Amino acid sequence: MTDQAPQGDLSRNDPAADAPSGASAPDGDAPVIALRGLSKTFGGARALDSVDMTIQRGEIHGLLGENGSGKSTLIKILAGFHAPDEGELEVNGTPVSLPLAPGQFATLGLSFVHQDLGLLRELTVLENLRLIELSQSHSWRINWRAERRKARALFDEFGVDLDPEALVNDISETDRALLAIVRATEDIRTATGEDRRGLLVLDEPTVFLPREGVERLFAITRSIVQEHASVLFVGHDLDEVREITDTVTVLRDGRVHGTVKTAEASESDLVEMIIGRRLAQLELQRPDASTHSTAIAVEGLIGTKARGLSLQVRTGEVLGVTGLLGSGFDELPYLLFGARPCFGGELRTPDATYSMSSMTPQRALAAGISLIPADRQRDGSIGSLTVASNVMMQVLDDYRPMSLKLRGLSRKAGELCDEFDVRPNDPGRNYQSLSGGNQQKALVAKWMQTEPHLLLLHEPTQGVDVGARVQIFRMLSAAAEGGMSILCASSDYEQLAAICDRVLVIGNGRIVRELTGADVVKERIAEQVYNSVTLAEAE
Amino acid sequence: MESSVSQQPAEEPAAQTPERKRPPRDNRRVAAVAFQKYALILAWLLVVIVFSLLKPDTYATSGNFQTIFGSQAVLLILALGLIVPLTSGDFDLSIAAVLSLASMVLAILQVRHGWSLFPAIVVVLAIGLFIGLINGALVTLLEIDSFIVTLGSATIIQGIVLWISGSNTVSGVSDGLINWTITNRFLGISMVFWYGVLLTIFLWYVFVYTALGRRLLFVGRGRNVSRLSGINVGHVRWGALAASAFVASIAGIFYAGSLGGADPTSGLAFLLPAFAAAFLGATAIQPGRFNPIGTFVAVFFLVSGITGLQLLGADSFVQQLFYGGALILAVALSQIVRRKDIKDEAAASNA
Repeated sequence: MTDQAPQGDLSRNDPAADAPSGASAPDGDAPVIALRGLSKTFGGARALDSVDMTIQRGEIHGLLGENGSGKSTLIKILAGFHAPDEGELEVNGTPVSLPLAPGQFATLGLSFVHQDLGLLRELTVLENLRLIELSQSHSWRINWRAERRKARALFDEFGVDLDPEALVNDISETDRALLAIVRATEDIRTATGEDRRGLLVLDEPTVFLPREGVERLFAITRSIVQEHASVLFVGHDLDEVREITDTVTVLRDGRVHGTVKTAEASESDLVEMIIGRRLAQLELQRPDASTHSTAIAVEGLIGTKARGLSLQVRTGEVLGVTGLLGSGFDELPYLLFGARPCFGGELRTPDATYSMSSMTPQRALAAGISLIPADRQRDGSIGSLTVASNVMMQVLDDYRPMSLKLRGLSRKAGELCDEFDVRPNDPGRNYQSLSGGNQQKALVAKWMQTEPHLLLLHEPTQGVDVGARVQIFRMLSAAAEGGMSILCASSDYEQLAAICDRVLVIGNGRIVRELTGADVVKERIAEQVYNSVTLAEAE
Repeated sequence: MESSVSQQPAEEPAAQTPERKRPPRDNRRVAAVAFQKYALILAWLLVVIVFSLLKPDTYATSGNFQTIFGSQAVLLILALGLIVPLTSGDFDLSIAAVLSLASMVLAILQVRHGWSLFPAIVVVLAIGLFIGLINGALVTLLEIDSFIVTLGSATIIQGIVLWISGSNTVSGVSDGLINWTITNRFLGISMVFWYGVLLTIFLWYVFVYTALGRRLLFVGRGRNVSRLSGINVGHVRWGALAASAFVASIAGIFYAGSLGGADPTSGLAFLLPAFAAAFLGATAIQPGRFNPIGTFVAVFFLVSGITGLQLLGADSFVQQLFYGGALILAVALSQIVRRKDIKDEAAASNA
């Protein structure tokens, strides 16, 4: 990453030298961004492998790829968050040395809108709009009246109806996305002056928007490229990508699988480019559960996204649920466990019927339902306590609650860690000192020991190394063979294909497809997920 | 004399926790962990030895140690109650005000209304419990930050104390209470100290050997995790705040017993020392956790130091310097050790 002379770039880092001065006048037709041979490894895993990508001036460039294909690594390198192992970057035809310094992207005319939008919800629209300037300003007095006037003019220009005094918390999700984009555009203008030769990176901003919001966002995006800035649009929804982009680059396993003109590629071309046609390597032999009796039946489940979902899980069946981000599939395990508010529905076990609107984790546990959440740090474990404390947390009452059998607890934790291959097997060790894979195996051990009838999983192998991943798959399969029913919410199609008997595709809060038997393969799942928006609208 | 002091810590290694079972990895690490556990006790001994050498005639006397242990037992009881909500992740700033209210109500019932001791104590304890339940309800049902709730309730309670007492000292509680607080002695030390010892042992047992104690810790360290593990987080936090107010009212009763009455403002001075002792105690015995034995050691470390300074004729401001300085120094040192610990462990697991 030091194969360029850094001195030569210093002048480019100065925003004043950038724009109209013309001292080293950039070539008018030079691409805004040219990346060559970009590579990045994380602890032995290749996240990016000599990636080339060129974004022309005034272009909306799509970036597609599965989770883990390298999209976010690429964006984080552009934002100066990661240092690439090697690679070259040219901005407007001028070489810029990598890695970028923190904040340097702004002076180069790059601006980012991430999925979380980067807004402070408790502050006003105006404060958010001026966030960057205010946090760097040294002025002693802010002229709020002038700031308000400028903000109104800016919103008028983009046709956005926003009150600068409103709290961001109180405006609609669409307005928040628009505010973030207007702010990012304004940052590009400030950095590039009259030239407007910048790049706006939109990193899945449409996920939480209703259709009408997506259209307004696209209208603004188009007006931005008309003033000669460029846009890099990262997305999952193929319809949206096909609607808004001029060119699409597809990443797969850290490599550029292809760059095509959007108009010349069909949807099925894109799906094939994204997922490829590889054989799943992790096919586990599972007994057929399709004739087993129903263990858990859910009727009319209503949540924040879910709109009257009904499903059944059979005894010894592994049921997958998937969908695009924002479809509501990832909400399902938490709703069923009573961990998030549920507004209606019923859950039936062979023994009892539960009203979902009054479900709590305690009731779920009593009904034999367990949940392994996706966010290990926040929801799954207490890193500062020992492995034994974490694993035995929910079964203390079985060990004489008024006079705990400490040795018994510790011994049992050791046995569980042994059974589930947690390494090193030292129950007294701090949980956070374990590797990701072992942390997850410990959580599997924690919840398997109570032998639930229904085990709910959300991204059970996220941030887990390949070896542990296969081990966890085997544990889940073995548990299912023993009669446990498992519901796994995931956007990792390979994982779903490896462990599931049946997969439900959720679109817009409803089940839009059910895949069984030979259809439970990565390619079919991906295809159905990428079509799920269309399917949901067709209903 | 010395022996009576060093006897106390001798029972601490009994604090067996599951963590203790970890196999020895590296002698230096084990030594470092042991040092961290017992550093505060060493500091306490050091303070005692230094002052005994400096003032052999006044400091190193049985009378002085009886005073050290007897005089600050109320602070010990108050701080022990405080570590319950601190463990479950909530602040209780109302403890000192509850202490004032308890001692004042007791004195007023006895002196102005002629109540006998037992019913007066029952009423006072009921008031303490009631305040704790109100605090807990506001914190868990309305989801208000406990810092704000207890700041508000502390102010209200203090207002009530001034109101019912007319800002006057009320003296003349039963001799029975005074006798069983300070006059009667066991091994030469006032009874109130032994109540503190009993409470220390009781809480230590609850924290280490009961599921309830573990749940307090789980809730304090990870509310989401606890909730998803089926713990009723609201009830645990509520109960912890009720416990601290209840214990504060017990402390108030003994405060009245040691003063022979109640004054409307002096109880408030206990608030910051109680917090100091709780946080200082969390650097010892079970470093990183609020623990009863650590709190016990912290209280008497602070009192031993301050008593020594007083005997040396130091101005009263020096006491404040000692309280604050010891707290910041101890917490800073233990933070440095802990950081190194985490680094070592990460390095060990990567190897």
